[in-house]
Amino acid sequence: MEKEALVDLCQVIPGDRMFLDLAERYCYSYDASFGEYLPEVVIQPKNAEEISEVVKLANTHKIPVYPRGSGTSLSGGPLPVKGGMVLDMTLLRDKLIIDRENMLAIVSPGVITADIHKKAEEAGLFYPPDPSSSNVATIGGNLLENSSGPKGLKYGTTKEYVIGLEVVTPTGEIIRTGGKTVKNVTGYDLTRLIVGSEGTLGIVTEAIIRLIPKPQSKQTFVAHFNHLIDSGHAITSILSSGILPSALELMDNACIRAVESYRPSGLPLQAEAILIIEIDGHPLAIEEEINKCADICRAEGASYVKIAETEDERQTIWSARKSVSPAITQMGPTKISEDATVPRSQIPAMMERLNNIREKYGLNLVVFGHAGDGNLHPNIITDKRNITEMKKVELAVSEIFEAAIELGGTLSGEHGIGTLKSPYMEMELGITGVNMMKKIKEAWDPNNILNPGKIFPDKGQTRVVLVT
Amino acid sequence: MNLPAKPNESNAAVQNLHSDAYDWTNQCVKCGYCLPACPTYESMGVESASPRGRINLVKMAAEGKIDFQKDLAEPIDLCLGCRACETACPVGVPYGHILEAAKEAIENSPSANQKNKMTKIKKLALVHLFPYPKRMNRIGSAVQLYQKTGLSRLIRSSNVLQKVSPALAHLEQALPAIEPSSKRIRTGTIMPAKGETKLKVAFFTGCIMDSMMSRINRLTIELLTLAGCEVILPENQNCCGALHSHQGEIKQAKALAKRNIQAFMQTDADVIVNNAGGCGASLLEYGHLLADDHEWAGAARVFSEKSKDISQILHQLGPLPFTEEWQGIVSYQDSCHLRNVQKVQKEPRLLLQSIPGVTYVEMEGFDRCCASGGIYNLLHFDESMKILDEKMKNLKETKATTVVTVNPGCQMQMSIGIQREGAANQMKSLHLVEILAKVCGLD
Repeated sequence: MEKEALVDLCQVIPGDRMFLDLAERYCYSYDASFGEYLPEVVIQPKNAEEISEVVKLANTHKIPVYPRGSGTSLSGGPLPVKGGMVLDMTLLRDKLIIDRENMLAIVSPGVITADIHKKAEEAGLFYPPDPSSSNVATIGGNLLENSSGPKGLKYGTTKEYVIGLEVVTPTGEIIRTGGKTVKNVTGYDLTRLIVGSEGTLGIVTEAIIRLIPKPQSKQTFVAHFNHLIDSGHAITSILSSGILPSALELMDNACIRAVESYRPSGLPLQAEAILIIEIDGHPLAIEEEINKCADICRAEGASYVKIAETEDERQTIWSARKSVSPAITQMGPTKISEDATVPRSQIPAMMERLNNIREKYGLNLVVFGHAGDGNLHPNIITDKRNITEMKKVELAVSEIFEAAIELGGTLSGEHGIGTLKSPYMEMELGITGVNMMKKIKEAWDPNNILNPGKIFPDKGQTRVVLVT
Repeated sequence: MNLPAKPNESNAAVQNLHSDAYDWTNQCVKCGYCLPACPTYESMGVESASPRGRINLVKMAAEGKIDFQKDLAEPIDLCLGCRACETACPVGVPYGHILEAAKEAIENSPSANQKNKMTKIKKLALVHLFPYPKRMNRIGSAVQLYQKTGLSRLIRSSNVLQKVSPALAHLEQALPAIEPSSKRIRTGTIMPAKGETKLKVAFFTGCIMDSMMSRINRLTIELLTLAGCEVILPENQNCCGALHSHQGEIKQAKALAKRNIQAFMQTDADVIVNNAGGCGASLLEYGHLLADDHEWAGAARVFSEKSKDISQILHQLGPLPFTEEWQGIVSYQDSCHLRNVQKVQKEPRLLLQSIPGVTYVEMEGFDRCCASGGIYNLLHFDESMKILDEKMKNLKETKATTVVTVNPGCQMQMSIGIQREGAANQMKSLHLVEILAKVCGLD
């Protein structure tokens, strides 16, 4: 970075919130995905005005700006792939207001998502999006990546809850989009455009999010299936029976084995799949619905069905699902976590395709995920120091995306495109579709300052490169 | 044992970082689940003060991308070593081991030539003081004399220490009244159980505990005998080596461990009991510390398996024969090394709740380090006080009149917190053993 640019930055940001030393820069060179890119400077802004000034300077000096929250992204969203500045947004956390009457929360971007859950519930309200990183991740990161979690099936993803934003644009202006009303059809829906834009169209400095009444009660059950195809049929039968579970989670045989060898808890090693189904709502209604779901599972060939009678039993059922991530990381140090998503009718077909990919490349590939909404998480466990295997992983990843698209699905259900999936964008959207998106980016960000290197592939890039 | 590391050995420390520790850092999936558990990340707000950041920096150093001294030393030094991140980590990264390997490598790295003054003082204490019980006792006696003669009052009223070092001034005030050495129970003694002998235990006296807090040691032994233990105090035991391994002096930590193993293995005790969370964690990890030493590995493992905290033994043999009531609200501050390394959480609480008259109230953030961190509060006074002040807010919410800990460092730190709040008239900080001894009529 030019000295002049640094001198200008020093006028805007005090020294104790601006880091140039190597150690601190390396600390913002990663997220929870793959890859390491060293920024030239790390800045911790405290308000929208500072960010606006910094972005204006970035435009003057043509320096890339990479906003980030807690860095839990699995797609490389905040990685400073072109150097430049990282804006660590975690200090912007002064505002967390619950507006009970309007059923809203007004939040600063650095607020931790779990804190919103907690505050909302204290007021008898509910903020449904619940990514597994919610204890760590910031709401700003959540909404720019449009993250989701197990409740997406019934309640939708983050974008369904954001109705207003304060944003610093890529050229440094501060604007407001949407507002406090649930109904709002004035002009283009910029709120929706910015949510999920992965920080390429703006830096969120405040968000207004919609809350809903807290469900009175919930019940959970688990079903074991000896045949994967039966579990697929059970999913479709439940969903077409008029019942909408609040969560419908799937673990495949490889997952079951991994969890069982990590923390033995009597999971069925011979089962091809386990479904975990949770229903929330009025206690009387869910009593009837849960029994109906259990009957459907039995009718579709479940070998075992167990409805949790107590909170302890409910926790036991969920702990198997929650152990998946730690369990599979015991199999190797490098985890490539995908979130290819298919229409739910295609889940059995997608599982079949994933099976073939596992066998073709001889990789450690396990599948779990939010089956109810077709959002699967194929995870490949490997060691990035094993170059030969990593080359196979690259091919396998490409095939996973091809399978998802061919089955009418999408590259990403909740992790975002980031650096890892950009080469496949044209496969899903076509050249014209991608170009339309690029035009928006170019119009908003003429100097390509904000989070460059994400979503759109570099010229000639057709598949992911994990090792060189 | 005081010889400086030879050049080839210093390379060995760096080498070690390249093998074992490097593999451990590769286990980290950077999910960030450790961030909310880390007190220094919370107080400093930068990634380099988080476990994920530190692990990555160790990795970068091992890969040669950053310098051990210039880049790695400070973030590592600012870690409290509370190991709460290990409990939060979903994939079980052995952070404590990474931390120790990093400290050792930093101490021995080729660029380790510009040590600051504090490091020299630190080293002097580690090498020439803590390992020698007699020297520690002489200091203990000197402090006792200082307290008894009224010199301490003079010094306090003159405010001279405050001008030299606020950290030392705080510590001086937090020091408990030291008992005369005549009251100290000597090593080599065997104390019979009162009544039936239920268990034979060997007591680990510790270095600071033995010299500065001999009253707590004496009460520990009396409580143990009251609960039905025959208590052996093995001769030739010495400092556990925790402070040494925390400062990267692994070689010396190993030498101290071996001396302790030898001293304790000569007894036929069923259990080795300690009353300081930090020492206990170190004793529990002798097995790991000496895993590569063929001659000692087996004995070290046995030693570690036998090592227990005082609260575990008293709870196991309880209920204690209480003779008095304790009035007021009591809260408990976990010792990080007891909670996160030894995984002892419920026993101290159950013991406190069993005291007649006690209203037990849990404080918000009880599992958060108090930032005493061995000698962290001396080395990083401002950072330590920031964390402590947050803790005191939570403690005040409980309206407790007594806060209990199971580690001398935590106990003094809580005393410092009480002084800073100006609450010395309403609240006191006690070791678990002190409150239990009082209600059992021992004193």
